[in-house]
Amino acid sequence: MTLKQAMVERPARTTTATIDCDIHPMPTAGMLAPYLPARWRDHQQTTGTRFRPGYLYPKGAPHAARTDAWPPAGGPPGSDLAFLRRQLLDLHEIEIGILNCLHEGSYERHPEYSAALVRAVNDWTLAEWLEPESRLRSSIAVANLHPELAVAEIDRLGDHPAFVQVLLLVRSGMPLGNRMYWPVYEAALRHGLPIGIHFGGRGGNPLSGSGWPSYYIEDHTAMALAFQAQLVSLICEGVFVRFPGLRVVMLEGGFAWLPPLLRRLDRSWRRFGTEVPWLEHPPSHYAREHVRLSTQPMEEPARPEQLRTVLDQLWPNALLFATDYPHWDFDAPDLAFPVTLPEDLRQAIMRENAAALYRL
Amino acid sequence: MDETIDCAIPLAVPGNAALLPHLSEWWQTYIAESGYAGPEAAPYPAHQLPGEAPRDAVLERVRGYLTAQGIARGIVYAPYDLEALHNEDLAAALATAVNEWQRVAWLEQEPRLRGSILVRGRSQALAVAEIDRLAADSRFVQVLLPVRAEAPYGNRRYWPIFEAAARHRLPVAIYAGGTPGLPTTPAGWTSYAIEDYVAYSQTFAAQVLSLVSEGVFARYPDLRVTLISSGCSWLPSLLWRLDKNWRGLRREVPWLVRPPSEYVRDALRLTLAPFDGPAEAEALLEFSEWCGSEALLLYAGYDPAIPSSEQTPLALPDGLREAVRRAILTENARAIYAL
Repeated sequence: MTLKQAMVERPARTTTATIDCDIHPMPTAGMLAPYLPARWRDHQQTTGTRFRPGYLYPKGAPHAARTDAWPPAGGPPGSDLAFLRRQLLDLHEIEIGILNCLHEGSYERHPEYSAALVRAVNDWTLAEWLEPESRLRSSIAVANLHPELAVAEIDRLGDHPAFVQVLLLVRSGMPLGNRMYWPVYEAALRHGLPIGIHFGGRGGNPLSGSGWPSYYIEDHTAMALAFQAQLVSLICEGVFVRFPGLRVVMLEGGFAWLPPLLRRLDRSWRRFGTEVPWLEHPPSHYAREHVRLSTQPMEEPARPEQLRTVLDQLWPNALLFATDYPHWDFDAPDLAFPVTLPEDLRQAIMRENAAALYRL
Repeated sequence: MDETIDCAIPLAVPGNAALLPHLSEWWQTYIAESGYAGPEAAPYPAHQLPGEAPRDAVLERVRGYLTAQGIARGIVYAPYDLEALHNEDLAAALATAVNEWQRVAWLEQEPRLRGSILVRGRSQALAVAEIDRLAADSRFVQVLLPVRAEAPYGNRRYWPIFEAAARHRLPVAIYAGGTPGLPTTPAGWTSYAIEDYVAYSQTFAAQVLSLVSEGVFARYPDLRVTLISSGCSWLPSLLWRLDKNWRGLRREVPWLVRPPSEYVRDALRLTLAPFDGPAEAEALLEFSEWCGSEALLLYAGYDPAIPSSEQTPLALPDGLREAVRRAILTENARAIYAL
C-alpha cells in the first residue's frame, strides 16, 4: 500500500461533526469560459491580466497543493467535485464545508474585467458545486480593488442561501479599515453576511513594512503579520463602530498572535486613544465582539500545552475549524490540534461557532 | 544594583546646528544652499501628552537618570532618519556627523555612556567604512539600523554590514523607525498614527523572519542582533509558525540545518521596553519559557513612547527570582557587549 493509499483509506477518527470553513475550489480558464461573456473571453485572449506585481513565490508544491490532491480524472486540485467529496467531505465526515475560491479575478486591476471574472467564478461555483452538493456553501468572490463593483456582486448574490460570506484577501492594496471599503461592509451587513479575509491577494505592496522577502517560507510565515495589520486597521479606523453588526473572519492567518497583539493595541490605545476618539472601549473589546479566526494553519509550540494557554486567552467563540483543502498545509480534523481540548471547546471550534456565525 | 546596564537610551539629534561642526565645508554650504532642514520624518511623532516633559534627552537628564537608578552603563542611540534621504553621499556625511556629535556631546562628557554607530543600510560600502572607522573607539559598542528599510535585512545586499559588525564583535541594534518610502504595513498605508505605532511590531517580526530565513544568523554565528522598542510578546507565536513551516519548506532554505527558532535564540536579543505583555513576573517567565531561553531580554528603562510620569525606577515586575533579575539587568548585556 502506498502512502497515498494509506492516507485515503485511513479511517476517520473524528467524533465531533465538523464544519470546514476553508475549502478551495479552483476552475481552469476552460471551466470558467461558459460563465464568462464573449467580450471578456475575447479580452482574456487578446489582453489578459496586465497586473504584474512580481512573480508569486514558488511554493513548496504546484498550486501549493497536497501531492495527493490532483484529481485522477485530470484538472488541478480543487476542480473535481466527485474527488473532493471522496477525499475531503466523506473521508473526514465534513458536515458542511465553505468554499473560498481564490481566483486572480479578485484582485484584477481592470475594473470591469475583474467584476466579470468574479461573477463567472460565483456562477461556476453555484452551478458546479453548490447545486449538486448540499454539504457545500460558498463565499461570494468580489472585485477586491473596486468596491462599487463588489457591492453590486454582493447585492446580486447576497440573499442566496448557499452564499454565506463575502471574501476579501489579506494582501489588499489599502488597509481594509479604510473608508473606501465601507460600502462593501454596508452591503455585507445588508444581507447578513460576515466578511471573510483570506491568506493571499496581490494588492501590490511589499509583504512587510521593510520591503519584499526572498523566500516562500517568509511569505507564508509573514502572512500572519498582514492579518495583524488588517485587524489593527479594521478596529482603529472605526469599522466596527460604524457597523456594529459586522463580523469578520480571518481565514488561514493562524491565531496565536492575537492575544499579544491585542495587549499591544490596548496599551497603545491608552496612550494614543485621543487620535481615534470613536473607540470608546479598548480595541480588544471590538476584536472580541466582531472577529473570528480559522484554526489553520495551527500553531504548534515546541511544548503543545503552551497552545492551551493561548486558547485560554481567546474568547470561546473566537475560533472556527478549517482544513484549507487541497493545500499542502492542510489540517485534518482529527489530527490538527496538538493538545486535547475540553469537549465543549472542541465542539465549539469544530462546529458550533461556525454554525452560529454563518447560521448553518 | 550598581551593575545595571540600560541598553537603549534614545537621543534626539537636536538639528542641523549640532551637526554642522562635524560636516565638511562643502556639506555645510550644501545644507545652507539647499535649505535641507533635517529628515522629514521622526520615528516617534509628537504625541506629547499635556503635562509631559519633552522627550529630547539632554545630558543632565540622562545623567540624572543613570545616577538615580544606579545604572552603571547606558548605551545611547541616535535615531536619525537616514532612510528617508535619497542622496547617498549626503546621508553618509550626516551619519558621520551624527556619530561624531554623539562622541563629542555624549561619550566624551559622561563615562558611563556607550554609543551606537549610526549607518545607512542601503549604502552598504559607506556603512562598512563608517563601522570600520569607529570600531577602533571602544566606546562605540554596536551598529544601529532602523527597522523600516528598503528591503528586509536578511537580503544579501546587507551582508557586508553584518560581516563588518561580526568582524568587530559589535551587535547590530535595530530600532523602531525608518521611513524608506514604503507603506508602513503589509496591507498598505494606514490612516492613523496608532496603527503605525502598533505596526512596528509586525515590521520587527518581518526582520527577524528575514534575518533567520535568508541565512544571516547561520552565516554569521557570532553576530548578535538586538531590537529596540520592538515589543517582545509577539516573538513566541512567530517562532512557532516559522518552525512549523520550516519542517515543511526547509528544502527551500537549506542553510537552516536546525529549526529557525534555535538560530533566533542564539542571535537575537530584545530590549524590555515595551514588553507588551501583562506587567507581571509570570509574563516574563512565560516569554522566556516559550522562547526556550532566559538570555533574550535586555534591560531598557527609558521608553520614549511612555510618558515621563510613568517611567518607574528599574521597571521590572516584582516576584522575579534574583537570577532572572540579574540576567535581565546585567548579565545578558555583558554577554554580548564589550562594556
